[in-house]
Amino acid sequence: MSGARHLYVHLPFCAARCGYCDFVTVVGRHARHGEYVDALIAELKLECGVLAERLETVFLGGGTPTFTEAGALQRLLRALPSCEELTVEANPETVTPDLASLLAEEGVTRVSLGAQTFQPHLLETLERRASPEVVRRAFYHLRDASFDNISLDLIYGIPGQSTSDLERDIDEALTLAPEHLSWYELEAKPGTRFTHVHGEELVRQAEEMEEYFERVVDGMTRAGYRWYETANFCLAPARHGARDLRSRHNLGYWLGRDYLGLGIGAVSTVGAERWRNTPRLGAYLEALTGGQRPLRDVEDLSAAVKREERVMLGLRLDEGLPLADATDAIDPRALDRLVAADLVRVRPANGAPPALVLTSRGRRLGGGVTAELLV
Amino acid sequence: MDQAHIRNFSIIAHIDHGKSTLADRILEVTGAVTGREMRAQVLDSMDLERERGITIKAQAVRVHWRGHELNLIDTPGHVDFTYEVSRSLQACEGALLVVDAAQGVEAQTVANAYLAIENDLELVPVVNKIDLPQANPDGAAEEIAELIGDTPDHALRVSAKTGQGVEEILDAVIQRIPPPKGVSDGPARALVFDSSYDQYRGVVAFVRVVDGSFRAGEPVLAMAQGTRFEAEEVGFFSPTMQPADALSAGEVGYLVTGLKDVARLRVGETLTSQANPASEPLPGYREVKPMVFAGLFPTDSDDYPELRDALERLKLNDGSLSYEPETSQALGFGFRSGFLGLLHMEIVRERLEREFDLDLLVTAPTVAYRVETPTGEQVEVHNPADMPAERERVEEPYVRASIIVPKDGVGQVMELATERRGRFDHMEYLSPERVLLLYELPLGEIVFDFYDQLKSRTRGYASFDYDYAGFREGDLVRLDVLVGGEPVDALSLVLHREAAYSRGRLLVDRLREEIPRQMFDVPVQAAIGSRVIARETIKAKRKDVLAKCYGGDISRKRKLLERQKAGKKRMKQVGAVEVPQEAFLAVLNLDEGTKR
Repeated sequence: MSGARHLYVHLPFCAARCGYCDFVTVVGRHARHGEYVDALIAELKLECGVLAERLETVFLGGGTPTFTEAGALQRLLRALPSCEELTVEANPETVTPDLASLLAEEGVTRVSLGAQTFQPHLLETLERRASPEVVRRAFYHLRDASFDNISLDLIYGIPGQSTSDLERDIDEALTLAPEHLSWYELEAKPGTRFTHVHGEELVRQAEEMEEYFERVVDGMTRAGYRWYETANFCLAPARHGARDLRSRHNLGYWLGRDYLGLGIGAVSTVGAERWRNTPRLGAYLEALTGGQRPLRDVEDLSAAVKREERVMLGLRLDEGLPLADATDAIDPRALDRLVAADLVRVRPANGAPPALVLTSRGRRLGGGVTAELLV
Repeated sequence: MDQAHIRNFSIIAHIDHGKSTLADRILEVTGAVTGREMRAQVLDSMDLERERGITIKAQAVRVHWRGHELNLIDTPGHVDFTYEVSRSLQACEGALLVVDAAQGVEAQTVANAYLAIENDLELVPVVNKIDLPQANPDGAAEEIAELIGDTPDHALRVSAKTGQGVEEILDAVIQRIPPPKGVSDGPARALVFDSSYDQYRGVVAFVRVVDGSFRAGEPVLAMAQGTRFEAEEVGFFSPTMQPADALSAGEVGYLVTGLKDVARLRVGETLTSQANPASEPLPGYREVKPMVFAGLFPTDSDDYPELRDALERLKLNDGSLSYEPETSQALGFGFRSGFLGLLHMEIVRERLEREFDLDLLVTAPTVAYRVETPTGEQVEVHNPADMPAERERVEEPYVRASIIVPKDGVGQVMELATERRGRFDHMEYLSPERVLLLYELPLGEIVFDFYDQLKSRTRGYASFDYDYAGFREGDLVRLDVLVGGEPVDALSLVLHREAAYSRGRLLVDRLREEIPRQMFDVPVQAAIGSRVIARETIKAKRKDVLAKCYGGDISRKRKLLERQKAGKKRMKQVGAVEVPQEAFLAVLNLDEGTKR
C-alpha cells in the first residue's frame, strides 16, 4: 500500500464556544497550546508509517486553528510534512495582518474563513464574536497577504433568518468574490442549549426554510460558481484559467481515499479500519507525553460498508460516481425508478467510464435518493 | 328423571346487570359448588369473557332444588350471537329476565326479551342489585312490566351480590316455569344449542334432549348435516363434567362426539339415534351466515403463517368464524374474514392479538352485498374491491335496531338515525323518563362508527341493540382511494351515493396528513368509477440531504442513512409511493378520529 495522502490536524482551541457547534472544542487554555502542539507532533511521528511519502493535502481544522497561540501554530506548521494543498480554518476575529502573513510565510495555500452570516442579529443568535465588518476585514487581510484561494463558510437556516436575510448573505458573500464557498444548513441537535432556546422558532420557520437550500444553489450557480459537492461551490475553471478550485482535501473524503487524522476527536480511515481519537484533552496529552498512542474508538469497515459509503459520498459530487464502483451496492430496479423520476442519470462521459449522476433535483433530495438506491 | 320434576331455564340480562353473579349465587345456594370451590363467575370460562363482561359461549349447569332438577342454560349476551341465543332459549321453557334496579331496562334486554317471547318462554322478571344506594326497584319493575305486558308486583326483588331473594327465584322457577313435555319413549331427538372443542376429545356438543334418550356408546346422526358419530360419553355439568349412563327427555347435558371439526356439528342441529331415527328434525335449524367482513393482515408480512395457524385454531372453537385468503397490493397477504357482527369481529381480533401475540391491520368492516350483474348473475360480495363495476342492482342487509335513550336524547337519536338512512318504525315510553325507539337501518351504516356516534351524542346514555331484518335494494357505490394514481385496494368502500362525497373528502384529507412527503408530488384521490370526487396533492419534498459530510462525519451519516433505509423497508408500497403503516391505521380507524 502506498499510504494515506491526506492529513487532517485538529486544533480544538476557541475563544468561546458557539451555541450551535458540535465539534470537539476547548475554550481558552492558552497555557496548554504549546503542549498540545508538541503532542500533535509526537502523534505525527508515531503514525507517519501510514502516510504516503508525498502528501497531497493537509487540513488544519478546529476549533479555531488561528486562535492557537502564534508561536505554537508556527511550530506546528513547520513540523508538518510538505504537501500540494495546505488549508487552515480561520475565524474572522483572529485574522490580523500579522496572522495572515504568518500563514502565507509558513506555506499555507488556502484559508477557509468561518463567516457564517453577514447579518448582525444572526451573528448574535449564533453567538459569534465577529461583526460583519470584521468578517470583511479578515477577508481583505488574507487577500493582502496574497492568498488566492480563500473559502467562505456560511450557514443558512438560522433561527430568525428571513428569506431576504439569506438573499443579502448570498449577495455579500459574492461581493467578496471568494474562490470557494461552503454553505451548511444549521443543525439544531436535540438536547442542546441552542435547540432549547431556538427550537420552537425553527419549527415555526421550517416551511419557509425548506427552500433556502434551493436559493443558495441558485444564487451560487447564477454567479458562475460550480456546485461541485452538495454543500460546496467553487469558481469554475473557465473563469479562472485552468485552476481547479475544488477543495482537494475534502475531495479525498468524497472519493473514499484514506486519511490520517491527528489530535483530539480526530478520525482516520485507513483501509478497512476507521478510528477516532479520544476527545479528552487531558487523556490525549498524557498518552502522547508518555510516548503512547491516545485512546481510540476503532470501527471495522466491511467491504459492504465501504461500498455503501462510496455510493453515499460519491453521489454528493457533480461528477457523480463511476458506475463500476456502484454496481455491487445498488438496487438496479431502484435505479430504473429514479432515472424515470428524473432524479438520477447514467452519464456516459466522453471516453470515460459511465457514471451515476444526480440531477439537480436529485441532488437536493440526495439523502432519500441514496437511501432508495442502496441495496 | 321424570319430566315433571325438571325445569330448564336461562337468564336474560344486559351486560353488567348481574347475570353471572346470579348464576354463581344459584350454584352456591343449591350446593352445586361449595364456598371454597366458588370462583367468582364460574360459568364464564374464558379470560376475555371475564374482562369484557360478555359471555361468548353458552354452557349448561345442572342443580337440584327442593326435589327438582334445574338446568341453567347460559346464553351469550350479545346480538351478534342472536342465533345462538335463540337456540339456547329454544332449549328452555322459561327465562329469568334480569334488570338492574339502578339502570332499568336496556336495549339488549329488549332484544332478548322479544326473542324469548318469540320462543314461547315463560318469563320470570327479576330486579337485581336492590342493595345499591341508587337502586329504584319499583321503577325497574315498572319498566319490565311495560316491556313484557305484565304487572310490576310480579317481579322478584333480589341482590345476587348479597344473596337476598335468590331462594325465592329458585322457588319461582319451579312454580312458574312449566316442565318439559317431550315424548319420553319416542325416537330420540336432541337440540344442539352449543358446542366446544376439546383438544383430546374433539367436539363436545351441548344438548337439550326433547324426546327419547341418548346413551353412551350409541351411534348418533345429526339430521341437517348428515354427520354421523358415536356418543363416546354423555353427561352433564355440575358445574364440572359428570358422565352419566344416559340423557333422557327433558334433560340438558353434553355428548362427547370425537368429531374434529366444530363446523360438522352446527348449533341448531337435531341429533337422533342412527338405530331408530326420528322422522322429523326439530324446527328452526339454519346455517348462520357471517354478516360483517374485514380483511385481517399481519403488520409484519413475515407473520402470515402465524396468522393462518391462529385462525385455524380459533375456528376449532368458533364455528361461526369464516375466512379465506386475501391478497392486497398495499397490505400483502392476509385473510378476508366473516363475522356474525361487530362484537364478534372485535372478539376475534382481540383473541388473535392477545392469545396468539399477533399484530394486525384490520380493514374497515364491510357487510355482505348481494349484487345482480347485467347478465342476470347473482353474486355475493364480501370485499369492496370485488364489487363489479357493472351492476343491475345491489342489495344490502338491514337490521331492526332498538335504541333506548333518556327522553331528552330522542332528537339526537332521530337525527343520527336519519343521517344513517334509518327508517323510523316505532317509539314508546318505557317510563316517564326513558324512551324505546325502533328503527330499521342498513347494517353497512352501523359498521361505520354508529355506536360511537350514538354514545357521544347522548353522552353515553343510549343503549343499542339490533337484529337482522333481511336484504333491501340500495343506491350504493364503490368508493376507491387512489394514491399516486394507483388504487389502494384495502381502502375501497361500498357506501350510499350521498355519503360518498363527505367520506371521500375525509379519507383524502386524512391520507394527505398521514403520508409523508415523497420525492415527487403525490395526488391522493377518492373516486367513484372513473369520476374523481375529492383530490389533494402531497407536495414533493424540496430538500432531503445530509448538509455536510467530511472525514469525521462519515460513520454518523452512514448510520443515519441506514436508519432512513430501514424506515423505508417498513413502509408499504403503493405504486411508487411509500405509505407508512400508520397512515393505513389512521384511515382505517377514521371513525375513532372523528368521535365528537
